[in-house]
Amino acid sequence: MQAQPDAAAYEFIPEAERKAAEQLSRPSLSYWQDAWRRLKKDKLAMLGLAFVALMGLMAIFGPLFSPYAYDYSDFSAISQGPSAKHWFGTDALGRDLFVRILYGARISLAIGLVSALVNMIIGVVYGGVAGFVGGRTDNIMMRIVDILIALPSLLYIVILMMFMGSNIRSILIALCISSWVGTARITRSQVVSLKQQEYVLSARLAGASNWEILIRHLLPNSMGPVIVSVTFLIPSAIFSEAFLSFLGIGIQKPMASWGSLANDAIETLRSAPYQMFFPVAAISLTMFSLNFIGDGLRDALDPRLRK
Amino acid sequence: MTAQPLIRADRVSMQFTVGSSITRARRRVLTAVDQVSLDIHRGETFGLVGESGCGKTTLGRLLVRLYRPTSGTILYDGQDITSLTPQQMMPLRRKMQMIFQDPYASLDPRMTVSTIIAEPLRRTDMDRARVDARVRELLTLVGLDENHARRYPHEFSGGQRQRIGIARALAAGPEFIVCDEPISALDVSIQAQVVNMLEELQQRLGFTYLFVSHDLSMVRHISHRVGVMYLGHMVEMAPVDELFTHMAHPYTQALMSAVPIADPDASAASQRIILQGDVPNPMAPPSGCPFRTRCPVVMPVCADQKPALLDIGGGHWVACHRVGT
Ligand SMILES: Nc1ncnc2c1ncn2[C@@H]1O[C@H](COP(=O)(O)OP(=O)(O)O)[C@@H](O)[C@H]1O
Ligand code: SF4
Ligand SMILES: [Mg+2]
Repeated sequence: MQAQPDAAAYEFIPEAERKAAEQLSRPSLSYWQDAWRRLKKDKLAMLGLAFVALMGLMAIFGPLFSPYAYDYSDFSAISQGPSAKHWFGTDALGRDLFVRILYGARISLAIGLVSALVNMIIGVVYGGVAGFVGGRTDNIMMRIVDILIALPSLLYIVILMMFMGSNIRSILIALCISSWVGTARITRSQVVSLKQQEYVLSARLAGASNWEILIRHLLPNSMGPVIVSVTFLIPSAIFSEAFLSFLGIGIQKPMASWGSLANDAIETLRSAPYQMFFPVAAISLTMFSLNFIGDGLRDALDPRLRK
Repeated sequence: MTAQPLIRADRVSMQFTVGSSITRARRRVLTAVDQVSLDIHRGETFGLVGESGCGKTTLGRLLVRLYRPTSGTILYDGQDITSLTPQQMMPLRRKMQMIFQDPYASLDPRMTVSTIIAEPLRRTDMDRARVDARVRELLTLVGLDENHARRYPHEFSGGQRQRIGIARALAAGPEFIVCDEPISALDVSIQAQVVNMLEELQQRLGFTYLFVSHDLSMVRHISHRVGVMYLGHMVEMAPVDELFTHMAHPYTQALMSAVPIADPDASAASQRIILQGDVPNPMAPPSGCPFRTRCPVVMPVCADQKPALLDIGGGHWVACHRVGT
């Protein structure tokens, strides 16, 4: 005769011993704490993070403390070089360039963040479902992605903007339509390879539903590469906006983005090169910073590197 | 053992479709498990051996209904579970568990050990304190430190991870556990520890095991009965001592002769048989007997008729035209 497996049979540890063991245990770091700990060690990534954070704070609060409004023209001070009064000088209409760059930072950073966020949500859900469901659904969903990738995105962004007019909303819509596909592809390939893992079968044995398996196991394990790709999406969105505005089909006057400021500076490039320098520096430094952060995150989120 | 078996598989088959799913043209069917029947009784360890790719893992996953069989029926404790939906399987899930081959792939790297072990308890009405206490009990039960609960799988060695996997399998209080090559990824020095632990747990808690392994001496040590698979078929099945002393199927004989077994009784098969050729492609299996392309004693009839698995007495089953009748 064999004994029946019985829940009570496991309980043989005295309460006192259990308490003692509890006190010995020291807090172990969670996945995200651990990743943050390793990101902190990455000098370039931290530098980038500091720069972006500073830029963000200045974009939000800077214009409030500036004596000048972004669209205030001082016709007695046209195209003046950097001075104590106007740190970055003034533009061809006598507007303070410093406040205009901060104002442009609002638009550029907001466009980068919002489009990255939207891209991430659409991409993760789309790719996650395609990868998890698999079969014909997956095939059809990914062929759609292939088509979107094959079309030159700049072409339909430009067409879209011509129909919807040149404003922030249409720039955002155009950017979101074009770039979630990369995130979808990454998420899908992650989910496809992860769903073969034995821990997914093991979760099924533990009684997890499809939905729980996707949410609890597959998506969290896919997040590393997804977050990294989204971090790289922010600078590319900022750059796309800058490029569109530079071409003159993005942000319209008197509003300013870094791209439109650079565009304005073309005419005065010879006489006042600083007007070009500051917006371009803002774009470049932000892109560098975000790319450093992306690189740092890629290393910090890789479970194989965890120590 | 005349009581109702805990597990009964009746002519169970599993076919996988491989190839592109949009263009039907290149689709092919792979029969991983072909009409396998077996009973496993309560408290018994059924050893399953056979070369890699012969369908052992697939059979194990079928028995715990991770896969739905293409045909055949599976009974668990008399209940037909062949076509239960995942929802209908829920109440049975805690009773059947699996210990996986790869202790690195079978634990979610993002979860702490305590979350991993507690996952099967999520659907119970235990409160947090009870779950935590249970996790610590299980860790002690499998010989790990209670302080390990908050750590992550990557902080452990292969043997320790396998213990975590075992603790998780035990969490919900299972009856039937499929051990799918639980020791093949471990250091030899640790293998015996884990096997001894599985045996001890069985004695204490009355588990029923399907023990898959290609380590014949380990299978002999732990099993009560043993089945031999070849190309998705069960070709021989017998109580362990009978099988290791009076192996009847030419494939079993070849398999056994390939490894030195320290046993004076086995002199009958002491000559080493070397198999010719490779295992056939499972997508294009041979007609008749699946083993005929490599069988040293093949006959003309073997190509025409598939030999049935027949009882040659004493619970010894063999599928070969040369044996019995
Ligand atoms: N999910 C699957 N899809 C397609 N073929 C599979 C799948 N799982 C297993 N197979 C095939 O089925 C056969 C048996 O595999 P498996 O059960 O893993 O064998 P074993 O565990 O004995 O090594 C192999 O030929 C394998 O390639
Ligand atoms: S049936 Fe024929 S081919 Fe198959 S094992 Fe027996 S003798 Fe060999
Ligand atoms: Mg296997």
